[in-house]
Amino acid sequence: MLLFIAFPIVSVVTQSLHTAHDQVIVEVENCGPFGCEKEVTVDQEATRKIREDQPLGKWAGLSVYLDRGHLAFQEVAESWKTRDSLSGFFSAITNLPFYRAMSFTLTFVVVVTPMTIILGFMIAVAVNALNQKLKGFVIFFSLLPMIVTPLIGSLILFWMIDSRGILGNGLQWIFDDPNLSLKASTGLTWIMLMVYGIWHAAPFAFVVFYAGLQTLPQDTLESAMIDGATRWQRIRYVIIPHIMPLVTFVALIQLMDNFRVFEPIVGFSAEAHATSLSWIIFNDLGGETRLLSSAAATSVLTVIGVGILLSPVLVRTWRDFKVKV
Amino acid sequence: MIKKTLMAASLALMASAASTAAYAACDISKGRVNVVGNEFPAIQTIGKGAQACAGDGVEVKTNLTADHQKINVAGMSSNPAEYTSAIVANSSIVALMNEDLIRPLDDFIAKYGKDLKKNQLISIDGKVMAVAFMANAQHLVYRKDILAKAGVEPPKTYEDMLAAAKIIRDKGLMQNPVGGAYAAGWNLAQEFNNMYIGYGGEFFKPGTAEVSINNEQGAAALKMMKDLSGYMNPDFLTHDSNATSAEWKAGNVAIMNMWGSRVGPLKDTEGSSQEVVDNTDIAAPMTVGGGSIPATTLWWDGWTVSKNTSDEDAEATFKAMMNAINPSILGDDEIAKQAVWLIDGYKPTDAAKGVFAAAEMGTKPYPMRPFQGLLHTALGAELPDYMQGKEDAAKTLADVEAAYIAAAKEKGFLK
Repeated sequence: MLLFIAFPIVSVVTQSLHTAHDQVIVEVENCGPFGCEKEVTVDQEATRKIREDQPLGKWAGLSVYLDRGHLAFQEVAESWKTRDSLSGFFSAITNLPFYRAMSFTLTFVVVVTPMTIILGFMIAVAVNALNQKLKGFVIFFSLLPMIVTPLIGSLILFWMIDSRGILGNGLQWIFDDPNLSLKASTGLTWIMLMVYGIWHAAPFAFVVFYAGLQTLPQDTLESAMIDGATRWQRIRYVIIPHIMPLVTFVALIQLMDNFRVFEPIVGFSAEAHATSLSWIIFNDLGGETRLLSSAAATSVLTVIGVGILLSPVLVRTWRDFKVKV
Repeated sequence: MIKKTLMAASLALMASAASTAAYAACDISKGRVNVVGNEFPAIQTIGKGAQACAGDGVEVKTNLTADHQKINVAGMSSNPAEYTSAIVANSSIVALMNEDLIRPLDDFIAKYGKDLKKNQLISIDGKVMAVAFMANAQHLVYRKDILAKAGVEPPKTYEDMLAAAKIIRDKGLMQNPVGGAYAAGWNLAQEFNNMYIGYGGEFFKPGTAEVSINNEQGAAALKMMKDLSGYMNPDFLTHDSNATSAEWKAGNVAIMNMWGSRVGPLKDTEGSSQEVVDNTDIAAPMTVGGGSIPATTLWWDGWTVSKNTSDEDAEATFKAMMNAINPSILGDDEIAKQAVWLIDGYKPTDAAKGVFAAAEMGTKPYPMRPFQGLLHTALGAELPDYMQGKEDAAKTLADVEAAYIAAAKEKGFLK
């Protein structure tokens, strides 16, 4: 616990509060295959001593958190002052990297989490009603989306929905529009990512609910049937209350997972239309010059975001637990 | 059966290793060599050349991956460094220079590298920091048959390219005749750099880290990119060099600005048709807006030696890499075609004429500035808004500048 959770978090927080030292820039002459040129470079001699004295970097306080790449308070205040309408304000805000990522991430969380639970539950109930011989086979196939590595799964779908792929071309044919492209429209890209998110996570919900269904009290079910309850009434009044704690559990895990949505964005090359906090971290670390402090600050914001998102579910679980005790 | 095949394969590998028997020529008695670098055919050749030096007491490993930039700084920061050498280009050497991770090679060159040509030596402030082995540039690639049917000459300017694209589309020869690596991120930013240089723009105020791209040239560059994208596959924001090459091979594109190092694979019928291969030709890079400097950049690829490594390992690394770029490798026709080699004895093949034309026309090299990479990342993240028509050019360029300033402050280049 201490080693694998606390220490890394402490180190990330420390990193996010420091930035690189002021660089000493000198102009030098660079030569190569294409001739010589005057160009600036970092003076290593001058920088080395500062680096050795303060290896952590320059103390920056919360400045990285507040800069344009993160919470951007200054820019937000500015656009609030100069707004001409509320929607104008929101479009100005979502032009900032952090808020743009949040607008997609939160939509993703709000849509995918309940849909996953509903779809998973429907599959579980359907499979449970199947003939014993068929069950194993169907369970295996229902689990496939979860078994396939997310990156590979999204890449395969990405190729299929390409305007020259089978799904993309099919859609063009159905709507009779040769220029229809799922990847070129922000709205369609969002829908595509969410459909993928649901497709990928539904098996997890299904497995959990299916396990829960095996522990259904048969006497309650039978008495409900004798009382003349329809199939829908049995689901509504017997099955759902029985697996409610599992719904809370799945919601908890899914909220956490969906908030950190990452693989589909990379797999679908969707960064032009949709970004997430995890994607920002990846982008900061993947550039030619790594932005460690920026990535660390985004990580801390992600942790805080997950905390806020989970708090209602956590409070609920805690209350349930107390009542039972 | 599988076991047998594996055995046969490993035997074949051993045989080929034995036949090279080059490690005697490397003259290394002891040491550890570990090379990290990008992954394309020419660099794989270099990797193999270094590995040929493995032998008694000499360990040679390579890690060639498209993600090399994500791992080379971390892999060379520890002491001793995991990687004793990184293969870099003019953009990526900067990250290693900024962190002070590579060593000057002058001593080694005096001792073991007398045969290197002067233009292979990348010197910064008078110290040789890398040895270049190949040059690269983006230039025009076109389909002879389609242009002939449309009745147009291969374009010399981007304005000609737009006109040609219009004719090809109007004549019904192709719906989206223009190709380009316009994927959001690094590729799109690079296309902007090309176009901005073509219009004669300067990225920074001279001698400072203060960005200045929100100007006429910046707006003109964006407008040209937007106009071109009107003739591209609507998915262009997801098309990197690989996807664009695939579009080319599938016969869907007639004109594009593409890397010289990718021409070889385009001339291969695998995944393509004889018709496309026979009609694929290359020419000089295009200019734009009446300028004389081509709208492209020159690149070199070269190797470095890690600073945080023992002198013994550094020497072994230098010798192994020297063996990898030994002029004798050009004896193999396949290898000679893989790149525009800067190695002594290289005779330009037909696939090299685009890069040579770029150099002759006075193309600027991609700048080796400590903060150019930060601007590149900012461009890659902010330009898609303009390309999708969500913002005007001035707004997008202002966003790029703001994103760059935030990053440059964090890295200590701006106060």
